[in-house]
Amino acid sequence: MSRTPFIVRFLGATPKQGWIAIAIAAAITLVLLPALHLLVPASSPFHVSAYVITLVGKIMCYAIVAVAMDLIWGYTGILSLGHGVFFALGGYAFGMYLMRQIGRDGSYQSDLPDFMVFLDWKALPWYWTGSDSFLWSLLLVLVVPALVALVFGFFAFRSRIKGVYFSIITQALTFAAMLFFFRNETGFGGNNGFTDFKRILGHSITAPEMRVTLFALTAAMLLGTLVLGRYLVTSKFGRVLAAIRDAESRVMFIGYNPLHYKLFIWTLSALLCGIAGALYVPQVGIINPGEMSPANSIEIAIWVAVGGRATLVGPVLGAFIVNLAKSFFTVAFPEYWLFFLGALFVVVTLWLPDGVVGLWRKLRNKGVAA
Amino acid sequence: MRHFFFALLMLCLSLAAHAALDPAAVRQLAAEESDDKIAAIQKLALTAEPDALALLQQLADGTLKDENGEDITINNRVRRELDGALAVLKLIDPDTKVRYKAVKEIATNVDAGMAPMLARARDRETEPKIRALLIEVHALATLKDADPQIRLAAAKALATSADPNTKALLKAQSEPANETEVDVRRAAFQSYLAVKDRLTLAETLGRIFSGLSLGSILLLAALGLAITYGVMGVINMAHGELLMIGAYATYGMQGLFRAHFPAHEDWYLLAAVPVAFFAAAAVGILLERTVIRWLYGRALETLLATWGLSLMLIQAARVIFGAQNVEVANPEWMSGGLEILPSIVLPLNRIVIVGFALFVLVLVWVLMNRTRLGMFVRAVTQNRGMAGCVGVPTGRIDTVAFALGAGIAGLGGVALSQIANVGPDMGQGYIVDSFMVVVLGGVGQLAGAVWAALGLGIVTKFIESWAGAVIAKIVVLVFIIMFIQKRPQGLFALKGRFVES
Repeated sequence: MSRTPFIVRFLGATPKQGWIAIAIAAAITLVLLPALHLLVPASSPFHVSAYVITLVGKIMCYAIVAVAMDLIWGYTGILSLGHGVFFALGGYAFGMYLMRQIGRDGSYQSDLPDFMVFLDWKALPWYWTGSDSFLWSLLLVLVVPALVALVFGFFAFRSRIKGVYFSIITQALTFAAMLFFFRNETGFGGNNGFTDFKRILGHSITAPEMRVTLFALTAAMLLGTLVLGRYLVTSKFGRVLAAIRDAESRVMFIGYNPLHYKLFIWTLSALLCGIAGALYVPQVGIINPGEMSPANSIEIAIWVAVGGRATLVGPVLGAFIVNLAKSFFTVAFPEYWLFFLGALFVVVTLWLPDGVVGLWRKLRNKGVAA
Repeated sequence: MRHFFFALLMLCLSLAAHAALDPAAVRQLAAEESDDKIAAIQKLALTAEPDALALLQQLADGTLKDENGEDITINNRVRRELDGALAVLKLIDPDTKVRYKAVKEIATNVDAGMAPMLARARDRETEPKIRALLIEVHALATLKDADPQIRLAAAKALATSADPNTKALLKAQSEPANETEVDVRRAAFQSYLAVKDRLTLAETLGRIFSGLSLGSILLLAALGLAITYGVMGVINMAHGELLMIGAYATYGMQGLFRAHFPAHEDWYLLAAVPVAFFAAAAVGILLERTVIRWLYGRALETLLATWGLSLMLIQAARVIFGAQNVEVANPEWMSGGLEILPSIVLPLNRIVIVGFALFVLVLVWVLMNRTRLGMFVRAVTQNRGMAGCVGVPTGRIDTVAFALGAGIAGLGGVALSQIANVGPDMGQGYIVDSFMVVVLGGVGQLAGAVWAALGLGIVTKFIESWAGAVIAKIVVLVFIIMFIQKRPQGLFALKGRFVES
């Protein structure tokens, strides 16, 4: 009996329609939108503005986080209210590199980042060592959130903390991290965080080409995350995750140790969030401890819930629906945004337990039945 | 006529116990030269006699006449000297409160020249508390005396002090550079140690009190949650906003009293207690009836839905009251403090809040353990199906219990309005803390919540004293996260045989 090669299994996990959809999405995000932004003159009605590129790029970062959240919540049944920490850690890790790339162009013309000059620090703290290296920063982006998640998850899952307890301690985690990063002495810019970035690898960060490159990278990352997610949830591993979600005790009784499964998917989820954070920071141009506020992390859950838990497209849709609504409301009716968001939480939990994807499936099934 | 006045004055002086005053000094008050007047004032002040006080008071008021019946006038220099002398003479005022205040005042600015007078006042004093203080102040005044024996006595007497300044003085006196006599140095050092110990103890006590006060605030914030989450299993993320409603209700009552009963404004707080309870309970009933009741048994969904409700409540508060914090004033009877030692003053509003937390705690305990409603709530908690079978209206009990939890959050809001900012976002700051208290104490355990709240309060304050507020908060959160890993049931677990709840 020969095993199917991994690459075949990996690519075969996504059905043909899925690949077609991914190809279309890739064509739009990797070719069409960049071309419309770069090549079409601004006067043309087909021109895609920098605002749109940045907004969509930002929301795609959120979508990666939403998919990561869905892997842990929708498929494994563990609601994390602290995913903002991993997102922000990834962002800060890359932000350190961006701060070093400012070089002597800051307000104080110093080798040190402005906030350190302001604090009257004479040298970089030890944890900034190597932050001027692009590769080292990429490594930090991958390792730091994953390591924090691994350690936290190991202890939490080992003592079989689950359900609401887990949610609450993850919330405490993100709250504690936020307070920690708010301190000036922590060495990450305190309240203001990192901002005023100038360059990546020596290229200007505000150039349209750079904007489009980051946009395309984010899109590729999102599509890659979806393919990976599809492979994971259709594999045997994914079945065990779903089994843990539905009846953890039974999974234990038939001989599986849920610890390893949970820990793997939890760490992977954090890693994806970290990458999303690193892509987010150069596009938005700022990272501050506000990203770690408990409210932000809960909002991630609502993206997933709106789109539809335990589906992979759902979180992406949810991230786009909620964030486009946010962009619309905060400009048009800033007073009503919180009412809308609050109502969304209530409506989705009461009437749309499977989100818009579930709603669409229900409508389609009704159509078939009739 | 003038002579008559003077004769009358002299008669008064001699008839009362004035006889003890040196007549020459009394006469000298009327001298032409300011220097003579000052000398006389000092002489009289040092007698520490009640009559001297009366006489000098008259001089200060400008009602004292000279032999010719003319007003004795004084210039600014004399007046300054007179004021000082009067302050010193207040030490023999018949009113204990005045004497106490005078000693306190002198203690901050003691002078070797006052020593004889202080000794006299000390010997005369009958009130033990003031006498102890006078002994101390006298010792302070004589610590630098020329006579080593007097210095020794002073150094020994100061052992009973609880003043940081005295501690510093004794430390200086125990050093060879400042003191030649070995005995005095030794005595000073021993006294210094005693004062230091006392101060450390006082500081510790003060810290325990601020810990208790923080603990009662946490408890007030968390008690309502202990009912809704602990007993009913509802994750109410809008709990912080119920606190906010209680605080805004207090603000509303303050406005009402200001507008309609300005004479009784100080009592708005008492009126706010029931109003806040019922306002928060009413909102609680609304939330329970419209949203939460459809989500029983689905904890994570409840969490998200109540978070949504909290966002709507915050925005509603912004729309109604504005995004800025509103001002809620402490009533007169709550401002000020209670001095237990010279270095610690317990703010009265904190003491009232500790008492209020105790009151709410007793209220909850009685409601849960001594009323029919409490019995029903406990029955539904333990076995919903069985409770329903024996006729407990479980649906209605859910609503009432939720309303009760919400109302208690409203009471917490009244307390918070007295010490924290009242604004739309105030609730958000308490939600994590409240959950920590409930989780740490053990879900379903009111006693656990009490111990957890007080413990967290005291631990936080102690860490704060050496690491600062932010680090203390982080350390406590990390500690709780680690504690939950070790004991997921919290401090006080319900014993049961469930594999999972």
